[in-house]
Amino acid sequence: MAFFEAKNITKFFGGLAAVNGVNFRVEQGQTYGLIGPNGSGKTTIFNLINGYFPLTTGEIYFGGRKISGLKTYRICQEGIGRTFQVVKPLKRMTVLDNVVASAFLRTRSKREAVRLAEETIAFCGLTAHKDKLAKSLPIASRKRLEITRALATKPKLLLLDETAAGLNPSEVDEAIRLIRKINESGITIIIVEHIMKVIMTISDRILAINHGMVIAEGTPAEVASNHEVVAAYLGEDYDAQS
Amino acid sequence: MKQYSGAILLLAVMLVFPLAVQDAYYQHLMILVLLWVAIGSGWNLISGYAGQVLFGAAAFFGVGAYTAALLSHKLGISAWWGLPLGAVITFALALPFGWVCFRLRGPYFALATLALNEIFRHIATIWESLTEGMVGILVMQTFVSKVPYYYIALGIAVASVLTVEIVVRSRWGYYFVSIREDQDAAESLGIDTLRYKSVALCLSSCMIGLAGALYTNYMGFIDPRVVFSLHDVSIAAILVGIIGGVGTVSGPAVGAFIMVAVMEIFRSGGFGFLGKLSSATGSPFVATLTKYISEAHVLSFGLLVIFVILYLPNGVVGDWPILKKKLLFWRRQATV
Repeated sequence: MAFFEAKNITKFFGGLAAVNGVNFRVEQGQTYGLIGPNGSGKTTIFNLINGYFPLTTGEIYFGGRKISGLKTYRICQEGIGRTFQVVKPLKRMTVLDNVVASAFLRTRSKREAVRLAEETIAFCGLTAHKDKLAKSLPIASRKRLEITRALATKPKLLLLDETAAGLNPSEVDEAIRLIRKINESGITIIIVEHIMKVIMTISDRILAINHGMVIAEGTPAEVASNHEVVAAYLGEDYDAQS
Repeated sequence: MKQYSGAILLLAVMLVFPLAVQDAYYQHLMILVLLWVAIGSGWNLISGYAGQVLFGAAAFFGVGAYTAALLSHKLGISAWWGLPLGAVITFALALPFGWVCFRLRGPYFALATLALNEIFRHIATIWESLTEGMVGILVMQTFVSKVPYYYIALGIAVASVLTVEIVVRSRWGYYFVSIREDQDAAESLGIDTLRYKSVALCLSSCMIGLAGALYTNYMGFIDPRVVFSLHDVSIAAILVGIIGGVGTVSGPAVGAFIMVAVMEIFRSGGFGFLGKLSSATGSPFVATLTKYISEAHVLSFGLLVIFVILYLPNGVVGDWPILKKKLLFWRRQATV
């Protein structure tokens, strides 16, 4: 039994197949990359896992249990945390309160929730911003807050949606360090990312999709040398030249 | 303890108020303020904290009021039983309403609450065999003095404010604000948004229903136009929240005081001051002015709301630091 498995997942928006018959499995402890050109269906896959959209067909299993069909909050309670590509901070709350709100998932005591939140904030390096309002943070810290908040729900599997997009090179390096640290603490990660430097350095395996269908799956090196992947990213002509 | 010293002082003043001020008129005004504190606090919990704008507070207010009235009118039971029962019945109304209508978001939910308000107003008007329709229901008042009503209203108002204070510091409070700020984010953080929105609505409706039941007991007469009134109850509840400060514990208390004070100053022409002025001077101009000012008291409230939204968008409590700075600035200028 796989730790996480998506079986033939399909999502139609009207007549458009945003995700079409995608299969993949993630083993516990892996960092699993999800790549593809714009509009290829990466975020939709996250929304399907997370239950934000219902599946048209297919099934998703997590820890041996079927999770497709459950409500979003139930899936989070099962142990899948996610971040949003377009960050959704709780703007008029402080960073600490943002994280406390999610830490309440695993405890009913406020003292315990605040302790867990402060611990998670320290783990993610946001302690200096703890008492600031979430809306006052710059984008790099907001992305970090997304991760912190998801981590405070104590997930077993974390879905990261373009955590490094819009960051400058040094911030990207910090993001990579943080993702590594999270993975080393025993949390399995599925990551969507456009920045190849990030995805190639941290992924154990990569799934490449285009037009909602799988075009390649394998180790970073395998995927990077796959003709279809190169064609999808750089165009058919480029692939023919090389 | 220090953060509560102001609240305790205020409570002490409120406790001795009816003993110090024997005038029934001022006691009546304070009872109205206290009723509005309860209604405003209820509105603030669901709309200010959980972010689900309640446009039909009168639905719950009226149901509470009619519960008390019908108990005495139809069953011959003391209307005071309407207080606990009114809270229970509004709760029983809010729960299924929330379950159905919380599928709607933002303005659509607000419109659904507005519809609930109108549905109940029509039921109360048309179902004459039960509610006596527009004739209204008369309930014998228990006390001649206003003092007992004052203390009961004070109890309900204090209980409402305390409930809000306790709830917003708890896990529920964090959940309510998370839902207000971003419902999708809240849902993906494992918060059952439908459930916690319902919790907020039920708590709110209980406070508003209690105020309604007390209103029946205090006024001794209700009809659909008064207790299910859109502008006198539903919209006034929103105004109390906005003027005092949306999403602040003490906002509705401040808002209720300001609203009743402004309404009354205009309605009574500066507590009769303008009337005395016109008869003293005998000037027809002042007399005409007095007449228009007292007739325009609703307009005055509209102007106050415009002023607050323009200059104090977070209400008097929410923007208190800004307000204080402005007041200090004026004082400094005055002394120079």
